[in-house]
Amino acid sequence: MSDLTKLTAAELAATIASGDVSAVEVAQAHLDRIAAVDERVHAFLHVDTEGALAAARDVDARRANGEELGPLAGVPVAVKDVLATKGVPTTAASKILQGWRPPYDATIVERLRAAGTVMLGKTNMDEFAMGSSTEYSAYGPTNNPWDLGRIPGGSGGGSAAAIAAYEAPLAIGTDTGGSIRQPGAVTGTVGAKPTYGGTSRYGLIAFSSSLDTPGPCARTVHDAALLHSVIAGHDPRDSTSIPQPVPDVVAAARLGATGDLTGVRIGLVTEFNGEGAEPGVMAAYRDSIEALTKLGAEVVEISCPHFQYALPAYYLIAPSECSSNLARFDGVRFGLRTGDDGKHSLEEVMSLTREAGFGPEVKRRIILGTYALSSGYYDAYYGQAQKVRTLITRDFTTAFEQVDVLVSPTTPFVAFPFGSRTGDPYQMYLADLFTIPTNLYGGPAISVPCGLSEGLPVGLQIMAPTMADDRMYRVAAALESTVGVLTPPAL
Amino acid sequence: MTTTVLPPYDDVVARYEPVIGLETHVELGTNTKMFCGCPTEFGAEPNTQVCPVCLGLPGSLPVPNRAAIEATIRIGLALNCSIAEWCRFARKNYFYPDMPKNFQTSQYDEPLCVDGYLDVEVDGEMVRIGIERVHLEEDTGKTLHVGGATGRIHGATESLVDYNRAGIPLVEIVTKPIPGTGAKAPLVARAYVTELRDIIRSLNVSDVRMEQGSLRCDVNTSLMPAGGTEWGTRTETKNVNSLRSVERAVRAEMIRQASVLDGGGRILQETRHFQEDTGDTRPGRSKEEATDYRYFPEPDLVPMAPDPAWVAELKAALPEPPRVHRKRLQDEWGLTDLDMQSVVNAGAVELIEATIAAGATAAGARKWWLGELARRANEEGIELSAVGATPAQVAELQQLVDEGKLNDKLARSVLEGVVAGEGSPREIMTARGLEVVSDTGALTTAVDEAIAANPDVAAKIRDGKVAAAGALVGAVMKATRGQADAKTVRELILSRLGVEG
Repeated sequence: MSDLTKLTAAELAATIASGDVSAVEVAQAHLDRIAAVDERVHAFLHVDTEGALAAARDVDARRANGEELGPLAGVPVAVKDVLATKGVPTTAASKILQGWRPPYDATIVERLRAAGTVMLGKTNMDEFAMGSSTEYSAYGPTNNPWDLGRIPGGSGGGSAAAIAAYEAPLAIGTDTGGSIRQPGAVTGTVGAKPTYGGTSRYGLIAFSSSLDTPGPCARTVHDAALLHSVIAGHDPRDSTSIPQPVPDVVAAARLGATGDLTGVRIGLVTEFNGEGAEPGVMAAYRDSIEALTKLGAEVVEISCPHFQYALPAYYLIAPSECSSNLARFDGVRFGLRTGDDGKHSLEEVMSLTREAGFGPEVKRRIILGTYALSSGYYDAYYGQAQKVRTLITRDFTTAFEQVDVLVSPTTPFVAFPFGSRTGDPYQMYLADLFTIPTNLYGGPAISVPCGLSEGLPVGLQIMAPTMADDRMYRVAAALESTVGVLTPPAL
Repeated sequence: MTTTVLPPYDDVVARYEPVIGLETHVELGTNTKMFCGCPTEFGAEPNTQVCPVCLGLPGSLPVPNRAAIEATIRIGLALNCSIAEWCRFARKNYFYPDMPKNFQTSQYDEPLCVDGYLDVEVDGEMVRIGIERVHLEEDTGKTLHVGGATGRIHGATESLVDYNRAGIPLVEIVTKPIPGTGAKAPLVARAYVTELRDIIRSLNVSDVRMEQGSLRCDVNTSLMPAGGTEWGTRTETKNVNSLRSVERAVRAEMIRQASVLDGGGRILQETRHFQEDTGDTRPGRSKEEATDYRYFPEPDLVPMAPDPAWVAELKAALPEPPRVHRKRLQDEWGLTDLDMQSVVNAGAVELIEATIAAGATAAGARKWWLGELARRANEEGIELSAVGATPAQVAELQQLVDEGKLNDKLARSVLEGVVAGEGSPREIMTARGLEVVSDTGALTTAVDEAIAANPDVAAKIRDGKVAAAGALVGAVMKATRGQADAKTVRELILSRLGVEG
């Protein structure tokens, strides 16, 4: 039964729907795989065996009753530990939430349940989604299935690694500055950041509210599109959620898989000329451009002059919002409380709790954000960063008047060894160099495997206009049809 | 502690010129909270009206309450403000245990309503008070300190938090600084809050009860030397929770500041707290070391752009302003300015209006509300509307008097029963047997008995001393426990004794 874990989500759904295997067998196969390999990969912070089997039994019962099942019914999915799951531990990989069981489900989790998917558990991540390597998890890092001595990307390293290690066919990630796409690229999987507002943030523990976007992680573009269509759509509980129909990304992925890109105009960002990127990454990138051209796409260079300011603008906006979003973690109502011994004042309890509960990167960003928002510096930092954000949005708008999608490498480098960048925050921040502009703009972007460099996966990033998520799926599926799905070495 | 001799108020206003400003918070009477669907009922069991959103649980998100936005726009329009075409919420960041998210979703540099005014009448003179802004925010929860003697945090062993109030929509109305009111500053402050309260009540968007905290007022006060142009440092007096206290707080702060300035001291920009018992203000935290709120646009909410057509619709549907409304009623009721003022001061305008609507005459309605009922409300220190009688009951009482079934004295007894909750005036009259006895048969018996018992008096009357009849009337009234109609009794006595009246 172990080869059940090698099937795609689409294949699993079809097999379950046909009655050839039960949802329980599929769930058990993945739980067994987790039991066998997760000690080495550490993709999961919590495995919900009971919940998964109960959900699978429910799907089997409904199938037996002749009920019509959704396109992903019975398919296992892993959820990044930053989404609230009712009664199931949710920590955002922070000590401050150790043992917290939310009294409610995130909208996305509700939709996953309603679609009959089977939630296996909660995946590891950088604490509060702050980081690019999953080394900032308070519960220890996740290891890249391609090379256990290397990082799996971040902050959604757990979700990407779970997929690459065949522990789950699908996973949910969240992308604030690249946290779905960047781990996707370095683990050889597919990760898509939908249009901001296209997927609900209700129940997503906020890092940076104006940037956070939940999205799908999968091994194939088609699987990612299937998951995307299950979780996307307007949510009245999130006022930034867009009240418009979701583009048909599944149809777009099928269209792309035919390998025909005739009439599609692809823009290469002039400013992403390879500076700061590894030669092997740039070589794989150039190869994929050539492949796309062969499929009929027209490729042109487009200048986006303000992209060079994206990283500094991001590192003012995201920490500013995080400094405010994380203020609620004070030990008063939930989670960790330290110093409540009758000898400390209320303010001291709050302070001691935060000191003990937050890790170094979270503290660094809270301090950065507090400073950037303070009254004497607001205009110089936060205000200026918002102006840059407007200019970057304008770059995108102008670019999309000329091309259908923009492409770039997803990351400037392949998976790096543990510890090689933790000493220098700036080096770590560079990992998201190519992914950040899209977050500031709000449009969708996807990372799809485009080859190997030094035996490690490289990803191609495809960016589209807001609410045109279908375009990137089409191009991604076309590339996948020539490059193929990457298979990591056996664990 | 040293005792400072405070200068007399007349002396203060002779030498100093006050500038005041008011910040008023009004809890809206919406059915649900500002950013979630939780109910807003006052006085519910602690923490029973809460959800992940108003508790600020990780992952929860706000969704604005349209009814609250509408109410705020209506308040802005009633205060002659411009309504923003585009505005948004901001976050006001500071740590406080009863504030779930440790930031308050409020409005900062982009309020919903700006630049209006409110005309108030003080001593027959109109004063125009500029309105700087009207904006919408969410209320915090309430902290309860237990284990100590005072209920304050000092000495408490535990602090409990009730989040029922957290997230209730709160409208903040800020005036522009008000200079030039001189000695009348305290009265102007009081008149403004009174007028504001009436306007908000007329809009039916809040019950504006100061004693329950649904209307809360902060008073800013500063002094400059008389004839000066450069305003002094202001203080912000919080915890002012009655109209009377608004007036007292301004006055007390003017006297205190004058005393400090007289002594060569400097006024600190600080928050002060009004003490109801002593009538003075005491320092809170100093504004000089105040929190930096780190305001920034609330990223969880999309900006608001109220549809101009909607705003125009709301404007057209505004009720008559209370001042205009009162003037109209005054004319209808035929009252002098002074009479009307006492009606207003007693908080009886709407009650009298409703009593008239229920069938009473203006004079009759006014008589009961301003007489018996106002006296009771005063004695018990409660609002007239809370005294226990309804306009319909008062109208019925007056009707019984008009019908001759009750005289004044009996009507007062019936009203006592009404206030005690014994039922409608008619029911009480019957149950207590208070109806005027006008049955001549029964009265004749009583009159004959009185004549028989007082032969001397009867003789005097027969001799033509008609004035002596009063003694017999009194005897009959006593015998009928006041239920007889005195005029009828007198006529009966004279006719039984064969004397012309």
